[in-house]
Amino acid sequence: MSQSNRIPGGRCVDYGSEINFRFNGRSLKGYKGDTLASALLANEIKIVGRSFKYGRPRGVMSAGSEEPNAILQLGANPASQVPNVRATQQQIFNGLTSRTTNGWPSVDFDVMSLVGLVAGKLMPPGFYYKTLMFPQFLWHTYERIVRRGAGIGIAPTEPDPDRYDKINRHCDLLIIGAGPAGLAAALIASKTSARVILLDEHDEAGGTLLYSNDIIEGLPGIDWVKQITAELNAAANVDLLTRTTAVGYHDQNFIVAHERRTDHLADVAPAGFARQRVHRIRARHVILATGAHERPLVFANNDVPGCMQASAVSAYINGYGVRPGKRLVLMTTNDNAYEAAFDWIESGGESAVVVDIRTSVNSELLKRAATAGIRTLTGSAVFEVKGKRQVKAALVCGLDAERNALIGNDETIPADIIASSGGWSPVVHLSCHTGIKPDWREDIAAFVPGATNQKMLTAGAVSGDFSLSAALRQGASAAATILADCGFDLEDKATTSCQEHTVGMFQPCFHIPHRKPTSRSPAQFVDYQLDVTAAAIELATREGFESIEHVKRYTALGFGTDQGKISNVNGIAIAARSTGRSISETGTTMFRPNYTPVSFGAMAGRDVDELFQPKRYTAMQPWHEQAGALFEDVGQWKRPWYYPQTGESLQDAINRECLAVRSGVGILDASTLGKIDIQGPDAREFLNRIYTNAWMKLGIGKCRYGLMCGEDGMIMDDGVTACLADNHFVMTTTTGGAARVLEWLELWHQTEWPELEVYFNTVTDHWATATLSGPGSRALLAELTDLDLDPTNFPFMDWREAMVADIPARVFRISFTGELSYEINVNANYGLTLWRRLIEVGEKHNLTPYGTETMHALRAEKGFIIVGQDTDGSVTPEDIGMEWAIARRKQFSFIGRRGMAREDCQRQQRKQLVGLLPVNGDVVLPEGSQIVFDKPHQLPAKMVGHVTSSYYSAVLGRSFALALIQGGLGRMDETVQVSIGPDTWETAEITASVFYDPKGEQQHVQ
Amino acid sequence: MLKIHCPYCQETREEEEFHYSGQAHIARPTDPESCSDEDWGNYLYFRKNPRGRHMEMWVHAAGCRKFFNVVRDTVTYEVEQTYLIGHVPAGST
Amino acid sequence: MSNNSYAIMEQQPSIKGLANTPLVNVVRGAIPGPNAVGIEEHDDVGHLVLRGDATLLASAVTEVLDLAFPDQPLSSCSRDKTCIRWISPDEWLVTVPGTETSSVESSLRDAIVGHVAIVNVSGGQTIVHLTGKHASDVLMKSTSYDVHELNFPTGKVITTTLAQAQVIIRRLDTDQFELVIRRSFADYIWSWLRDAATEFGVNG
Repeated sequence: MSQSNRIPGGRCVDYGSEINFRFNGRSLKGYKGDTLASALLANEIKIVGRSFKYGRPRGVMSAGSEEPNAILQLGANPASQVPNVRATQQQIFNGLTSRTTNGWPSVDFDVMSLVGLVAGKLMPPGFYYKTLMFPQFLWHTYERIVRRGAGIGIAPTEPDPDRYDKINRHCDLLIIGAGPAGLAAALIASKTSARVILLDEHDEAGGTLLYSNDIIEGLPGIDWVKQITAELNAAANVDLLTRTTAVGYHDQNFIVAHERRTDHLADVAPAGFARQRVHRIRARHVILATGAHERPLVFANNDVPGCMQASAVSAYINGYGVRPGKRLVLMTTNDNAYEAAFDWIESGGESAVVVDIRTSVNSELLKRAATAGIRTLTGSAVFEVKGKRQVKAALVCGLDAERNALIGNDETIPADIIASSGGWSPVVHLSCHTGIKPDWREDIAAFVPGATNQKMLTAGAVSGDFSLSAALRQGASAAATILADCGFDLEDKATTSCQEHTVGMFQPCFHIPHRKPTSRSPAQFVDYQLDVTAAAIELATREGFESIEHVKRYTALGFGTDQGKISNVNGIAIAARSTGRSISETGTTMFRPNYTPVSFGAMAGRDVDELFQPKRYTAMQPWHEQAGALFEDVGQWKRPWYYPQTGESLQDAINRECLAVRSGVGILDASTLGKIDIQGPDAREFLNRIYTNAWMKLGIGKCRYGLMCGEDGMIMDDGVTACLADNHFVMTTTTGGAARVLEWLELWHQTEWPELEVYFNTVTDHWATATLSGPGSRALLAELTDLDLDPTNFPFMDWREAMVADIPARVFRISFTGELSYEINVNANYGLTLWRRLIEVGEKHNLTPYGTETMHALRAEKGFIIVGQDTDGSVTPEDIGMEWAIARRKQFSFIGRRGMAREDCQRQQRKQLVGLLPVNGDVVLPEGSQIVFDKPHQLPAKMVGHVTSSYYSAVLGRSFALALIQGGLGRMDETVQVSIGPDTWETAEITASVFYDPKGEQQHVQ
Repeated sequence: MLKIHCPYCQETREEEEFHYSGQAHIARPTDPESCSDEDWGNYLYFRKNPRGRHMEMWVHAAGCRKFFNVVRDTVTYEVEQTYLIGHVPAGST
Repeated sequence: MSNNSYAIMEQQPSIKGLANTPLVNVVRGAIPGPNAVGIEEHDDVGHLVLRGDATLLASAVTEVLDLAFPDQPLSSCSRDKTCIRWISPDEWLVTVPGTETSSVESSLRDAIVGHVAIVNVSGGQTIVHLTGKHASDVLMKSTSYDVHELNFPTGKVITTTLAQAQVIIRRLDTDQFELVIRRSFADYIWSWLRDAATEFGVNG
């Protein structure tokens, strides 16, 4: 029965190109251009899934992105799995592998359907909460069983082999939707010099013209579409993007669109090619030409496979060459849907019966139907579907005048497809994204986009006018208005003509009554994807959920991945009737981005793997890599963490590196420190204001440590600043603080003290810094420089310009380890050469490269803080015992001075930085451990501080730590309890925060 | 994503080039030492949070590195105007 | 070489061959493709940041560099291997052949009277040229700035974001762009550009 539903004449398929694909393990054939849904229907596959809650069999409902049922799992292997694919939007390709997502053990026999059968009526909204909560301890058991039957698709279990892409676009006019309105707009715009983007989510442009029988400009609609798209493709100023869905509409006309570039070609994208692309579009103006979704009617068993939208019937017949059955029953509230019945008969369908809920119908239309051999029943409705796994027949009956009750006798009409049309819902979603609620229009029984402050116009069905002529006219006029506004010359204002049938009155109707009350009739589905029935909505309102937002959350109406595209209005209408209000009083729920699901890959784009975020490297990186360094992330920088030798553990390596610096000489790559060049006659005055300490007397050739606070008096950064010349300084900042500090300096200069003559420029990347540290550093440096290293001529905290290893350098005699140190700065282009020369010459000095871990341990032994580790934005200079760095006699009230004088900064018992020596010197306290004074008798206990830095000290032969402790500076030699795990405490003694060489003799070494 | 006009580059650029830098027109007291704790606390911590028109300071961080002022509507996110530090917005008296 | 007010330092060694560009450690080489994008480093360039009022800088720049002064936002002036780019109302980026860096710095210092800053940043950044029919497509994948020729004509200079880094971009011609990138981000940007250009192919 290969493609037994296939008929000739499908406009979108290529009958000459047969495609083989798989569905639930079966090999099937279709044609190039088929969607997965059309190919399944061609092969008479009725059941494409099981419903989420009740496990009911479900079939294809629509032919577009509004599809609630045919949501499949794609992918031929564990890495290429894609869940949540709407079969109506996925073209088939050779080798496509698809399967249903729900249904266990199989879609044809589903265990959950028994639940649905037995419990359908017993599982109202809130069922799980109401039923399975008692006894509460059993919930987890219940949950496991419930979850087993639930789930919509699986994630790939192996890394995605595909690449994804993002692209930024800018245009004068973005047209969303390439149906008649969008095409008419683009056509006008293409003849100007405006930059235009036209998007459509389908595989090709055309919208409803792909399947309608309209005549435009004397041409069949499809031919007109081909002619226009050829013109647009030839126009240099127009980008026409198909398979591209505008998924989000954000502030100031920023539209995010999701393009499926190769999803229709293969399981995995061709090498080098991005499978999907996110377009980030900035549009001066937008025309929303998103059309409308046809709304099915709500009646008993309206979810049995074979029930579909009327327009979908035409789409499959005319668009894809698939007539999904033989006998059609079509229920409608409007003239438009009759086209599906005409298409059915014209394509050779055995029979078509139109059941019109209206009593008065356009006589011309009825005549056309009669001529075509279509039976029509007016003032009637299909109130129930017969059939379980597929439609067998429609139960039809007359309606009373208010359409609240059935009158007369039932008639059973055999059918295999039951189509319905309750009217059209404009696709208002994108307009809602901008924060605007849609407006209800009683005359068309639909929501239309509300007034927006975005530069956006609507055209075509989305505006609530569903005629073709209106679409063409509005598209053209919207474009003309916008182009004129932008100042473009319009050469062609001609309108596009079309033939149209006169259309009779539309009768609003949502929910067909049944002989039984809603709660007792067979299920009448509103939201197919999440199995929400009319009875559930009525129950929700009876239980007191009156706000539509509450009804939605209680019943899950519209919560599926289809966002309730075809169900929301029906749901709102049922809730409105049930609460005795009008629809406009009931209001609507909002649609949020994204309009259709977007894969994580597309959202991530190129920012994955190696490019996930920038990795910043110093000039010496190639050497570090060769030397086998392990790296630590410091902000975005990669810094050598330590250099393990064969067989060494982290601690072994750190101990070796630490002892080398304390007793010999080590070398550190310090290039990542932030460096800011400061020039100007007022540079000194500026430093005086921004730092807490004094700068007026710092001479040329001198360096000074500076502490920087916020206006609140809290430490924000620190570093050494050197005086290069009278009006010229170079400031160093913490590695992570470089950008923040530069912006901070600019903030004060630009906004408060513009009169100060000073400029700041980053030179972080310009200078590479190799730090020699240890008692042996002088002897090593002496081998590579003529600089007079005699300590009286080059003392601690001085800097000199010199040649080092034949490279011009600035050498700073400053120290972060407490040992004699020289920080050698060269233009970073020479950093690697300098480093290699130092390593080469250093060999006979037993020069040991060390990384950040050793640097941290060594500085902590000296009690030198790291801002952001030992401080946290709530710590003043006084809290860490650095009153010496506060120059209170400075004339200017430097930044932070007033802040640190606030009452709270002066109170007793603030947390203060102290040293901690664990009684057991083998235990390294975890950083961040909480501290109490005494072991508490019960928890929770009041914490009095925490460990900020903690290491094992090779030179001391024991562990030590720094900690912030309440009133700590007044508690020397007292013991505290440090929590290092559940019920695990370590006793530690409070000490001064300098553990090694407290007098600083090593760094001053003569 | 906002679009913000940089009055220095004289172009409208994407929000990602800018950093928000708090409420505009908060001058540092000329003599902080004479401020009461309350005055100083107001200067440090108290900010407007209007529904509607808001004066803000932004910096063109990834561009010219200049600070400037922005009038932005906190409801519609419209950027009404941008103007230089030390100036008042157009339309103010 | 320093006077008392500002430190000017000859930073290039007299011995040649000691320098390494920021891109010393990256993957190079062609990636085959239909319309390959050229991604090419231009090294051995001196970079000087000039800060000050246009009125103080203009005549000195013209005198020392023999170039018009780009006082309009986002403009540039260039001659041979010398170029000056507007960066902000009080900032310009000058590039000169690498060997001339400190002599140009000194000449500018001597020629300018008043409060200006001149900073040698030659070690901190490098220049990459992006060329070819798809060069602008690669930029569209990388920056939110509108690089269409109507908005970004030849000679225009912008400072903006490129992927998650910052960059100065100057359009050299319809299909040619100059990117000034920071040293520490150079590996990242290089990899990014090659990755973004893969579908077109890369000459590099």
